[in-house]
Amino acid sequence: MSLEFILFTVFSAVSLSSAILMVTRINPVISALFLVVNFASLAGLYLILNAQFIAIAQVIVYAGAIMVFFLFVIMLINPDLEKRFMEQKPKFKMFAVFIAVLVFVQIAYIIFFSQPSADISKELAASIQAGTIEQIGTDLFTKYVLPFEAVGYLLLAAAIGALVLAKKKLK
Amino acid sequence: MQIPIEYYLILSAALFAIGVTGVLIRRNAIVVFLCIELMLNSANLTLITFASYLGSSVGHIFVFFVMAVAAAEAAVGLAIIIALFRNMQTVSIDKLNIFKW
Repeated sequence: MSLEFILFTVFSAVSLSSAILMVTRINPVISALFLVVNFASLAGLYLILNAQFIAIAQVIVYAGAIMVFFLFVIMLINPDLEKRFMEQKPKFKMFAVFIAVLVFVQIAYIIFFSQPSADISKELAASIQAGTIEQIGTDLFTKYVLPFEAVGYLLLAAAIGALVLAKKKLK
Repeated sequence: MQIPIEYYLILSAALFAIGVTGVLIRRNAIVVFLCIELMLNSANLTLITFASYLGSSVGHIFVFFVMAVAAAEAAVGLAIIIALFRNMQTVSIDKLNIFKW
């Protein structure tokens, strides 16, 4: 068993269990904190996949900025606790779980039916080269400079929109 | 030993299914939002997996853009939730049914 496989097992177990705990906890603050754990373990998986830049961005942008924003709003609003899983509409919730399992089985069937590992095998040098900040920066500011600027305008529009929406009175 | 690509794809499919369950069973609008973030991240994991196994940086750049759009989406969505809470004093999606007739 290689170190890569052990790390993959640990990180995937942490991410799956924290995702399940996030969905099942009734307190939204605890849900948000479990999502932070999930994002951190996903950053570990990105590191195993040689995606250094995305792993760092995951920790800084997702686990840092976006989740702090979510926690801020949750604590500002202080919503009531929900009912436990089976206390309210158990039939509807069982149906929802059934739908989700159906989605998972469909995707898993497609993955195993198409057998991508028969065609795709990792070349370590190319994989490491593709994930470096140097490579991503070069591509971002040459080939993808127009989408990059467009995303900047999108963020500006979102900031202005959030400001207008959250204002006290809409006129 | 190299990890087969299927393991990562199954992991991200499982995370996506957990996110779908959360969106369907949770009644709190903010937690529904958190579950949508989980689904976005499972899609990101798939993109990074393929980018890593194919040795291409396009997947990384795509994930970078997805992160930027997710940040914009979170800002606007939480502003909508704050505006709703100010008008209706609740964030339960069972009570936010003003467009239903």
